[in-house]
Amino acid sequence: MDGPTDKQRLDRDFTELYRSHLRDVYSYAYYRIGNHHDAEDLTEQTFLQAYRHFERAQRESDGRPLRPWLIRIAHNLAANYYRDRSRRPQTQLEDAAVISAPHLTEKLVEGREEVHEVLEGVSKLPDDRREALIMRFALDMDNREIARALGRSEGATKVLIHRAIRQLEESLKETATDE
Amino acid sequence: MSEVDVERLLRSALVPVEPSGALSDRLEERLAELTATAAEELADWELSSMRDPRNWARPVAAVMIGGAAAGALVVVRARQQHRKRESTGLRALEKSVRGVTADVQKRLSR
Repeated sequence: MDGPTDKQRLDRDFTELYRSHLRDVYSYAYYRIGNHHDAEDLTEQTFLQAYRHFERAQRESDGRPLRPWLIRIAHNLAANYYRDRSRRPQTQLEDAAVISAPHLTEKLVEGREEVHEVLEGVSKLPDDRREALIMRFALDMDNREIARALGRSEGATKVLIHRAIRQLEESLKETATDE
Repeated sequence: MSEVDVERLLRSALVPVEPSGALSDRLEERLAELTATAAEELADWELSSMRDPRNWARPVAAVMIGGAAAGALVVVRARQQHRKRESTGLRALEKSVRGVTADVQKRLSR
């Protein structure tokens, strides 16, 4: 860094990154961890860590978007969270879906059941498949972005998502048969 | 249920979640503190490094090393030029000796 002008530019760029992706990081953290309190902590830690390494990330990004880098930080912190506390994701996710996409009363009950089943199924998937689905559907990331966030190739990511959807499909069919 | 149905269900289940206003406020406050602290530390370090004579050692050493390097470069160039001059003088002498020899041989052959 050469002087205050660079520092100001860096802070301005970081503020922009923060504003553009706060919701993405929080959504990822929430669906990954399963409760608002820890998701807030994870989001906070993600941005603080991102701030510390922002200059280097920006320099090495070569103009590519930094969202995958940001989500990768959250992904690593979430892995530490589970390792340190020996926790598994919780399934309290229906509230988020209902709050964010309110329905009329009749549809609400029907919708909540469906949503609950899907989220239950997602929570039972292996970590990498669950994460790929969160990134694809909650964050609307494409294969390239997901691949960068997970440190995989685009081809491997495509296969991962396909398998995740197939596994969830089977799980939902089983649930329907049991009922 | 098909793959398309599952994707539709996933889209309706995994909707983006808005963070609370409290989180945004807290995070913005912490980031503002961090940037302010970083700027203050930088300014303080620059000022203190100028005021404290102990911090002058490094720039003085840099100047000395730079000066020595420049001096060494001057010496190396001077020596190179001297060698060049020396070699030019020797070649001229050799040439003139050859010329005299050739001239003597010519005269003797007559």
